[in-house]
Amino acid sequence: MGRYVLRRLLQAIPVLLGTTFLIFAIVYALPGDPLQALAGEKRVDPVFAAAMREQFHLNEPLIVRYGYYLRDIVSGDFGTTFRGLPVSTIFEGKFQVTLKLALTAVIFEGIIGIGLGLWAALRRGRWEDKAVLAVTLLMVSIPTLVSGFVLQLMLGVKLKLATGIDFFPVAGVQDGVRSYLLPGFVLAMVSIAYLTRLTRTSLMETLRADYVRTAIAKGMPRRRVLGRHALRNSLIPMVTYLGADLGTLMGGAVITETIFNLPGIGQQLFLSVYLRENPVVVGIVTVLVLIYIVANLVVDLLYAVLDPRIRYE
Amino acid sequence: MAPSGDRILEVRDLVKHFPLTQGIVLKRQIGAIKAVDGVSFDLHRGETLGVVGESGCGKSTLAKLLMALERPTSGEVKINGVDMAKAHGGELKRMRRNIQMVMQDPYTSLNPRMTVGDIVGEPFEIHSEVAPKGDRRRKVQELLEVVGLNPEHINRYPHQFSGGQRQRIGIARGLALQPEIIICDEPVSALDVSIQAQVMNLLERLQNEFNLAYIFIAHDLSVVRHISDRVAVMYLGKIVELGKDDAIYERPSHPYTQALLSAVPVPDPEGRETRERIILQGDPPSPADPPSGCRFRTRCWKAQDVCAEHEPLLEVRTGGHLSACHFAEVHDVIGA
Repeated sequence: MGRYVLRRLLQAIPVLLGTTFLIFAIVYALPGDPLQALAGEKRVDPVFAAAMREQFHLNEPLIVRYGYYLRDIVSGDFGTTFRGLPVSTIFEGKFQVTLKLALTAVIFEGIIGIGLGLWAALRRGRWEDKAVLAVTLLMVSIPTLVSGFVLQLMLGVKLKLATGIDFFPVAGVQDGVRSYLLPGFVLAMVSIAYLTRLTRTSLMETLRADYVRTAIAKGMPRRRVLGRHALRNSLIPMVTYLGADLGTLMGGAVITETIFNLPGIGQQLFLSVYLRENPVVVGIVTVLVLIYIVANLVVDLLYAVLDPRIRYE
Repeated sequence: MAPSGDRILEVRDLVKHFPLTQGIVLKRQIGAIKAVDGVSFDLHRGETLGVVGESGCGKSTLAKLLMALERPTSGEVKINGVDMAKAHGGELKRMRRNIQMVMQDPYTSLNPRMTVGDIVGEPFEIHSEVAPKGDRRRKVQELLEVVGLNPEHINRYPHQFSGGQRQRIGIARGLALQPEIIICDEPVSALDVSIQAQVMNLLERLQNEFNLAYIFIAHDLSVVRHISDRVAVMYLGKIVELGKDDAIYERPSHPYTQALLSAVPVPDPEGRETRERIILQGDPPSPADPPSGCRFRTRCWKAQDVCAEHEPLLEVRTGGHLSACHFAEVHDVIGA
């Protein structure tokens, strides 16, 4: 087990190198001059530009610049922005916001997705099941951009105007947990739909298993048959999906955080791409890749807990 | 036949129809699959009743009805005089203790996440009155020993066992609650032949030891003959012939039984030349729309007008056992 974790972490190194280099290359391949972006419409002072190019190694070939970047990263330094701010200060407080948002989304996914899937599986073929299928199809079909603005308007603005109570704040994080409810749901919507369908299919399969039938024949209460025999044996595809979905959630946070004006990493990423702050973009993506790798490792380790047939040595 | 006081299971006019519906939003019932359509029989203490018939004749539905996994459309399943089909809640739970099941496929009938100890011991958790808490582990080990498994393997998982061993685990689980009746739904058809014999011998030994009554469902006629005291032959949801095993195998009087028996392979090349093969024409009719009168008449070589008009009842006819044919006559097909 310990050796397995070590091996997996070692395997993560080439993955990390590959992804960071890729994103590094892409970011610097974008057309336009980052220094010109600093100056806006005005002409850049050539002396200043030359100094900056020297400081940020912009005259060196890509691979050399990447080498400098790696050297800094290893010593825990994410570099500085073109505006002179350390990238790590830009990160401050932002990852917490995004993690809270993603966590809210995962909780929504877990409760609604698994709950709806369970309900549909138990009522397979009946109208409830078909309604769940139709609703989830709708949820998958609507882009976050649309559902975000519509829910913001309906549940955030109109509901407040109609009732006078601010159920769901539409922007910022100043209202604590409540601020995350609506954006969390919007972020989770597509994943809820997928998880619902996954849970439904997976459960319907295990519900037909002979050991479920024997459990009923033994006189086991229905609730325990479901929890102990059916649900637990259906968990593997669900956990796999949730783990992989964390990446989707982090990426989706770019749109959701922008719509709901949450000062998180997604919004920062959007802003930094826009402002051509390449060191910030690469830094954020590096951390996201790390989170993703760790999440998948945790999922793989969970397999062994969920299914005794899977053993890592 | 055992005295009637020993009757532990009485099945009377058991019917299970699965509705056939049409339409997506507004459903209309356009008919019903008559999976089990009026089945009656008794089971005595310590006796084995074999149930044979081709695929789709309602054997497995019958098993599910007896286990109260499906509710019958009508009819009674009485265990020691109490109708299980109408029992609910705590009463049903108590009755379930008395009737357990061994499944066909040992690879899907054991929860892969649970250890053998948990699987065999789980019935005790549900019916805690059978075994006090501290005593359960020992009881599970006893059960494993009874079915011929190493009691030290209690912490292993199902995937660490072979097919025959897994079936033994399934049998141990069925025995845990000390039931009087065990329903075996094709318990050996997923195993290879040498293992089949072991499992059948085990079942027979357990029957003698615990005075169990079996309902043994199978499509392998020789397996059924080996283990059964009495045999019921099913066709399209009904029992067409029911009697002691010698009577059914040596003096079959229903044409369907005769055709079925004539299909048993004979391990003797010379005997094979002389013996008669009855080959039925056509497929079994749809259970959604069974023929009028006798259900077998569409494929029967003896069929007359009367067969379409009057349904032959399952009663004692020539041969001395129950048979549902207007023209029942004994015809020994295997020539034993």
